[in-house]
This record gives sequence, C-alpha cells and structure tokens, in this order.
Amino acid sequence: MTKVKSLADLKKMKETLQAKIDLREKGEAAENLVQIKVAMATCGIASGAKNVMDFLLEELEKRGINAVVTQTGCMGYCYAEPTIEVKLPNADPVVFGYVDTKKADEIIEKYIKNGELVDGIIPVNYESIDNK
Amino acid sequence: MHLLICGGTGCKASSSDAIAEKLKLELAANTLQDEVQVILTGCFGFCEKGPIVKVLPDNTFYIQVTPEDAAEIVKEHVVKGRKVERLLYVDPTKKTTIEDSKHMGFYRKQMRIALRNCGFINPENIDEYIAREGYQALGKVLTEYNPQQTIDIIKKSGLRGRGGGGFPTGLKWEIASKNPADQKYVVCNADEGDPGAFMDRSILEGDPHSVLEAMAICGYCIGASKGLIYIRAEYPLAIKRLKVAIDQAREYGLLGNNIFGTEFSFDIELRYGAGAFVCGEETALIHSMEGLRGESSNKPPYPAQSGYLGKPTNVNNVETFANVPPIILKGADWYFSIGTEKSKGTKVFALAGKINNVGLIEVPMGITLREVIFEIGGGIKNGKRFKAVQTGGPSGGCLTEKHLDTPIDFDNLVAAGSMMGSGGMIVMDEDDCMVSVAKFYLDFTVEESCGKCSPCRIGNKRLYELLDRITKGEGTMEDLERLRNLSQVIKDTSLCGLGQTSPNPVLSTLDNFYDEYVAHVVDKKCPSGQCKSLMKYIIDPEACVGCTACARNCPVNAISGERKKPHEINQSICIKCGACMDKCKFDAISIK
Repeated sequence: MTKVKSLADLKKMKETLQAKIDLREKGEAAENLVQIKVAMATCGIASGAKNVMDFLLEELEKRGINAVVTQTGCMGYCYAEPTIEVKLPNADPVVFGYVDTKKADEIIEKYIKNGELVDGIIPVNYESIDNK
Repeated sequence: MHLLICGGTGCKASSSDAIAEKLKLELAANTLQDEVQVILTGCFGFCEKGPIVKVLPDNTFYIQVTPEDAAEIVKEHVVKGRKVERLLYVDPTKKTTIEDSKHMGFYRKQMRIALRNCGFINPENIDEYIAREGYQALGKVLTEYNPQQTIDIIKKSGLRGRGGGGFPTGLKWEIASKNPADQKYVVCNADEGDPGAFMDRSILEGDPHSVLEAMAICGYCIGASKGLIYIRAEYPLAIKRLKVAIDQAREYGLLGNNIFGTEFSFDIELRYGAGAFVCGEETALIHSMEGLRGESSNKPPYPAQSGYLGKPTNVNNVETFANVPPIILKGADWYFSIGTEKSKGTKVFALAGKINNVGLIEVPMGITLREVIFEIGGGIKNGKRFKAVQTGGPSGGCLTEKHLDTPIDFDNLVAAGSMMGSGGMIVMDEDDCMVSVAKFYLDFTVEESCGKCSPCRIGNKRLYELLDRITKGEGTMEDLERLRNLSQVIKDTSLCGLGQTSPNPVLSTLDNFYDEYVAHVVDKKCPSGQCKSLMKYIIDPEACVGCTACARNCPVNAISGERKKPHEINQSICIKCGACMDKCKFDAISIK
C-alpha cells in the first residue's frame, strides 16, 4: 500500500474512497446491491451478532442477492442487540433490533426482497454532525 | 405504504398492541391489507407523547394515538391522503403542528460527535475512516498550524476532560508543551472501570482511528513522538481493533516517521492493565505502565512535569480524544456553540439499570436528566416509579426526582452532590434500597483501594461495616452521625481521587434518602424490601388453601403444615429466597 505523503494526497484518497462507497450506494449496481451493517461490538457479539453475520453472508449468497455485509461498532442500542442496519438502493437506511437468525431470514425474505418492512425497526433518534 | 407503531415498553404499556390490531382490522375492512403494512418498531424515544404512529413514506408523526383513532387514520390518511391534524405533534415553543418527524426538535436531543463513526463505519477498515474525513484533522494541523495555534483551538473550543475531572484539555496540553524534555509521552487512558460505564470501550471498538488521530495531534502539540494507550486486558475486542488500526495507520504512513511529509514523527503502542480501578487515576496509571504497583502518588509533580519514566506526559481519556478531530475540522467556535456556559460540547452516557433503552447516547451538555431518562431512555422498566440515578460511578452520587430538571454539566452535577465521572448512569426504581446501593459502591471501593493511604484503606472498610450493620437492622442513630463524620475525614485526607470521592455515594444517599436510613435503624425495616435480614415472608392463614406448593418448593424445608390447612414459615430456618411467594397461586404469601 502506498503511503500518504501529504494532506492533498489524503484528500484525494478521501474523494476516491468516498466515491467508491457512493458507487456502492448509488452506482451502476444500484438496482440490486444491498448494504448491510452488523453491529459487532462486545455487546452485539455477546448477543449473537456473529451468528447473524455468518447467517446473512451465507444466506444472501445462497439466495443470489447481491449484497455487501460489513461489520461496524456499537450503534448505541445495546438493549436491542443484535442490531443490523440495512440500506436498500435508493432508500434511507433502516435499523432492525433483536435480530436473530430467524429475524434475519424474515428481513431477507420480506424487506430485502420486497421492500416490505418487518417488526423490530429501531427509529433513528439522533442528529449526526455530517449535515451541520 | 407502511404504518410504524412504537412497540417500545412505554408505548406498549399504553396499548400500542391494540392500536396495531385495530389498524390491521381497519385496513382489512378497506381491503388495503396487502398494500399497507402495520409494523411494530423499537422505541422512538418519545415515550412522553406515546403511543407513536409514524406513516411512511411521508414521515407523518402521530402522537398519543388511541385504538379509537385507528379508524380515522385509515379512513383519512391512508384512503384519502389527508393527515389527521389533531394527532400531529405540536411544537411546544412555536405552537404549530409538525407533520414530519424530521423537523421535530426532539430529534436534536442527541448529537453524535464522539460517536460520529460508531455503528457507521467498519472499524477494521481504515479506508472507511478516511472516507469520513479521517486523518484530515491531523493533516491540517501538521501542515497549516504550529503547535501553539493548535492548542489555542482546543482551548478556545472549551473541551474539558471526559474522564471525570473535567480539566480543560487545551490547558493540559499547553502545560505539557511548555515543559522542555528530550522525550515526552501522550497517554490515552482507556482504563474504564466505573460499574455500568462502557462508552470508551464502544468508541475503541467502533472507531479506533479517531483516538489514534487525536493522539498524534496531541503529540504534535506537546512535542511528543510516542503515544501509549493504557487499556484493560478485559477489553479483548477493543485491543484487537486497536492493533488492526495501528497497523493500518502505519502502513499508510499516518503513524511513523515524517507523517504527511513533515518533520513530525509519531508512533503508538499498547499497554495492558490488569483491571484495577485505581489505575484510572493518572499517576497510578503511569506507575502501572512503568511496571510498578498500581498506586497513586502525590501531585505535584504533575504528569505534565514528570510522568511516564520521569518525562512530561499528557494523559487524556478516550472520549476526550475522540472529540478532537471534529473540533479541528469544524473549528473551535462550532464546538463552543454547543453545550452550557462552562461545559461545552456533548457527553456520551452509558444508560444502565432499570431503564428501558439500555445503551449509549450522546447528548449536548445542558440536557436535563428528565430528557435523558424519560425521553431518550424510554423511562423506567415495567412502569415502576423513578427513584434515583447514580452518576459518576463509585465516585459519584445519587440524584433524585428533585434534580430531574437540572441541566447536566460538570458544575451542576457537582453542585447537586454528584459528579459527571466518565458518564455511567445507573437508573434505580422504587424497588432499590438506597442503603444497599451505598453499600454496593463501598464494597467496590474497598475491593479496589490500592491500600497506600490509611484513610482510604481503613476508612472505607469501616464505612462499609457501618452500612452493613444498618442493612442488618443493627445500626443506631449514632452510626448515621459516624457515617457522616468518617466520610468527611476520608474525603479530606485521602491521597488520590479514589479515596477523595469514595464516600460520595454514602453522603448523597444520606442527604437525599435520610428517611430510608432512619427506617432501617429505628423501625428495623427496609422500605424497598431489599434488605433480606429485615424482611419476613408471612403466610396469610385466611388466604392459604394448604395446596403445599410452597412447602414442596422451599429449598430449606422451612415451611410446614398439613394438606388443605394453612401453612406456616419457620422464620429461623427461612433464607428469604422468595421461592414460596413465586409458587403460591393464591397470593397468600407476603413480605413484611
């Protein structure tokens, strides 16, 4: 990996990486690319997030759904772990709580395949600093 | 179209299930059940105005909905597309109705600065951090500002240490920068030890790079080329992610020699703590890193003068560091504009205890406890009554109902007899006995005292024994006076922060719940029914039908009686486990 040599370097990198992530969100494959984040901090893992992540990776592949599954840190909803965030193309991200493999299956079948929401959504209740 | 109904505990208690059922029926009556789905969600955090129904995709936000409103929502909103005005939220200041949840002031209650990337990026991928402007603050500082200018930004932002003390961060950096030395150190204090606090762990697990970046910035400011993270070995995941992050940053040249092509070099290493609470105190932490016993020592000399290996050392907490990069990028004025007069910015709190939404929140300073507990936290579990909230861990105190509307900041909490601490908030309900709570914290301090100074080592043990006597019904009124005096002596004469604050839970419960102490001492009763030695399980002979369920389930055979005749509990054998009460189907057993 090349080293970052200057601030301009880093900014350029940021743009490329941002673009790469944007592409993931809005780009060519937008029709069928789903992004899923699994909260994998200690609280999530202790409640079984690892199983859910494995299940998602395996099942999405099996069912032929083009999706990116990544891990992330604690979303703050420790009472509802495991939590996952699903972002369908051209839609706001939705966070689901208490996701076990059964719930994950329901999310794949209903929300990811048909855009039908399922029980257990955790509403966003904070402001981020990005839109400031 | 989707109708989202809050299925949080608060809204469920006010019949959100019934509303969901009713909505489904109404939709079916209009043969819309296939087009419109009714979905139960987690807590919206707006429990005060629950039950909540939110309509997607137009984001309409209905409050205080009753099952009777279901028909109107379906008929008007779903069928005709007209919003039901009377159920919309009214802005309390402007008195206008707000249709769209995105414009409700309520959602501005939480603001994520330190947690900006937690739950958003993959913590094991530096690219995702860079895509979120990661390391730009470091680049900006190295290429555009000199160290003093950077320190001035931090000073101007009003950032204060988030580990508990609330010391101005910029000032701390300035002091360390002015002590000349051939080698200086930046230390990140990740020895999070308060019971019920987990914000530092979450930041390290969710966004480790923000801490690394800020440490490098601090290194530039004070003239240090070495950073050390003191982290407890009980945090294996945080350690793993930090290691990954450090390796990635080195690979990108964001740690190491000549960062961003400048003269500045900085590298970070990890040091593991064995989980002693006292090592959160900076001098004890430094001793522990040097391989010595984790004991605190007298200040001065301050770590900024003579710290790790006798060199000037700057110690900051994880959350403090996580605030630094956004301050550099967005400016001191932006940060200064958030919060109260003397406490700027936001604070992360870990909500725990008898609260519905256990979790992490980040709120601007100045928010009230009521907003935190009853709105964001979703209120008390099982509809019980709020009794107290313990802030600041074992060094803090208990705040009660009368403090609910006090704006939270460093100074107000101290004035109310508690402290900010690292930000743990343990919520207690009517079932919690405050004497036992004080005893619990003392038990913790006795265990964690390093033993170097006698007020802390011996005094806290005696405090604990006094409390123990009281919970057993053996206390006297003189003991209450003794508690107070001894607490004051320990506070005044202990060497470090641990001892100086350890009597706080005792003093604040004495102040706020004196009646409860008196009940234990004079009436020999525990009003919350928690102190086992003071309670008795009694079988009501009128209600007992002699089914023998209690006797069969008693683990110590303390219950006797003939079949179909009232039973009796032998108090001298009873261990007060409560098994009989759980098994009794006739409510014949009660606690006295």
